[in-house]
Amino acid sequence: MTEVVATNQTILVVGGGISGMTAAIEAAETGKQVVLVEKRPYLGGRVSQLHKYFPKLCHPTCGLEINQRRTKMNPNLTILTMAEVTGLSGDAGNYSATVKISPRYVNENCTACGDCGKAVSSEFPNEFDYGLSKRKGAYLPNTMAHPMRYVVDPAILGSDEAQKAKDACKYNAIDLDMKEEEISIPCGAVVWATGWKPYDAARIQPYGYDRFPNVVTNVEFERMADPNGPTGGKIVRPSDGKEAKNVAFIQCAGSRDRNHLYHCSRICCMATLKQCHYVTDAYSDANVSVYYIDIRAIDRFEDFYAAVKAKSNVGFIKSKVASVTQDKDGNPVLHGVNTEGYQRYANTHDLVVLAVGMEPSVEAGSFPVDILINREGFIEPAPENGGVFAAGTASDALDVNRSVQHATGAALRAIQVVNRVAGTEG
Amino acid sequence: MSDLNQNMIEKYRNSFLKEVEANVEEGEWVKMCMQCGVCSGSCPLGKHWAHPPQEIFMMIRAGKREAVLASDAMWMCTSCYNCIVRCPREVPITHIMHGLAHYAKRLGLAPKGQPTMAFSQIFWDNMLKAGRVNELKLGLSLYFKDGFVQGVKNSLANAKLGQNMMKAKRMNAAEFFGGHGVKDVSGLQKMIKKAQELEDARIAKYGN
Repeated sequence: MTEVVATNQTILVVGGGISGMTAAIEAAETGKQVVLVEKRPYLGGRVSQLHKYFPKLCHPTCGLEINQRRTKMNPNLTILTMAEVTGLSGDAGNYSATVKISPRYVNENCTACGDCGKAVSSEFPNEFDYGLSKRKGAYLPNTMAHPMRYVVDPAILGSDEAQKAKDACKYNAIDLDMKEEEISIPCGAVVWATGWKPYDAARIQPYGYDRFPNVVTNVEFERMADPNGPTGGKIVRPSDGKEAKNVAFIQCAGSRDRNHLYHCSRICCMATLKQCHYVTDAYSDANVSVYYIDIRAIDRFEDFYAAVKAKSNVGFIKSKVASVTQDKDGNPVLHGVNTEGYQRYANTHDLVVLAVGMEPSVEAGSFPVDILINREGFIEPAPENGGVFAAGTASDALDVNRSVQHATGAALRAIQVVNRVAGTEG
Repeated sequence: MSDLNQNMIEKYRNSFLKEVEANVEEGEWVKMCMQCGVCSGSCPLGKHWAHPPQEIFMMIRAGKREAVLASDAMWMCTSCYNCIVRCPREVPITHIMHGLAHYAKRLGLAPKGQPTMAFSQIFWDNMLKAGRVNELKLGLSLYFKDGFVQGVKNSLANAKLGQNMMKAKRMNAAEFFGGHGVKDVSGLQKMIKKAQELEDARIAKYGN
């Protein structure tokens, strides 16, 4: 049974992505007791799936490593992975959270030696690569997973595969008898950092994401650019593995569209500009086209935009693409009208990247607590929310920088609540 | 926002946009267009138009009254609704196109001899007679609209189609002598007359 020491002066952080990690560490480093609950088997969330950050084009692994070290060093912080908050009752200063912990089937003896992964042969779509690669039935979720521990997929449980994995382990780390647990955690304040998910590109019917293999999303493209990703960092076409040099980006794929997402997702313009670098860095004869309504590279990002615009092999076409078709060679063909001059085009590319937007990962109706949600599905900063504070992209479409700032603010709000509790209870 | 600001906005607002907002069906939506171009790109007949929808909207805002109302662009709309479905702002583009066409015709600015307009007039006149469309007469009026010789040529060219329609009971030769209608034709005509009066009164303040 998982033991968690917590009181009504404890801060519960829901979600262990960059925002949740930040809020948890910041609060813990002020001396508060913090419990961090993460659904995935590791911390870092979607940031760990990014290849590079904008605007500095540095690697997120760097900042994640620092945060991981901070979590390891802090005795005030309890981390529960593969755990979900299923219920929350009470009021500010006195909540009780129900947490469901799914079995990992691997205990803390694991050294991540990888013998269990070698022993099993069954494969599953790799969630970390958005299904673009396969992982084994016993696997390390990613190369710098924290905790650095393998996971046994429940799908192989009860099969020879599970036994093979167990037999291969030299450290007695695989425990196939682990059960799902439900625990109750008292807490005074909650930081809700459940993050975002990419908008379902298949719903943008005219762009053919569900029909054409060479139409991918920006999050998939991010994985393709990663040397640890499904293509080993090579920018190639999913259909035939051919080098993708003539790449088109379609902006506002889902965002700012009343048929899909009402809001501007804020990150997609900069993500695309960053990904333009991936293509031009990979191929000297690259030819990149960005189809856009308007480029929203705000304040200091304007310089980044100007630098990409100055590249001779990156073109900008002011047009919301009307539809995508596929020619007989599997090349995507983009149709529309260039609104600067009203030129009708049918442009053939090697690969099309849909700059899909952000939507909240928790659906509006499924919060385990009464909380004010706006039309876009994000959490409103409302007094009615009591001691529950949104952090990062649970509150709005934000980039990493702003998420971290927002999470720090949320941590402060949570600290204020538990300080009040401490004050009244002397 | 200050009153002065509001007054200035009113005073300097492009007057053709105001005219469209006041007089064209769904015209108040024109200002919602963000010029993304998805409607123009989605229009199956787009390459045949002088001005695709999003260009028309920009022209309205730019005050190009004559160029918009005298163009044949909005007459090319076939009501496929592709643009409405894809518009990220839910602008009812198809309806605005028809609204503009209708308004241009009211003002006498529509291009002369525009075939869609001619057909629409024939259809309207035909329907008003009995309250129902007389398919036979509708076809004949259309074929003979450019004179007797051309009419005979058109009829012969489409003879097979006509025969097949009769075979399939889609058209009845007896319709030539009167044909079917609604129960209260005069009531219908009164209603239409009243509607036209209301619209004339509404439109009188602009006009040509």
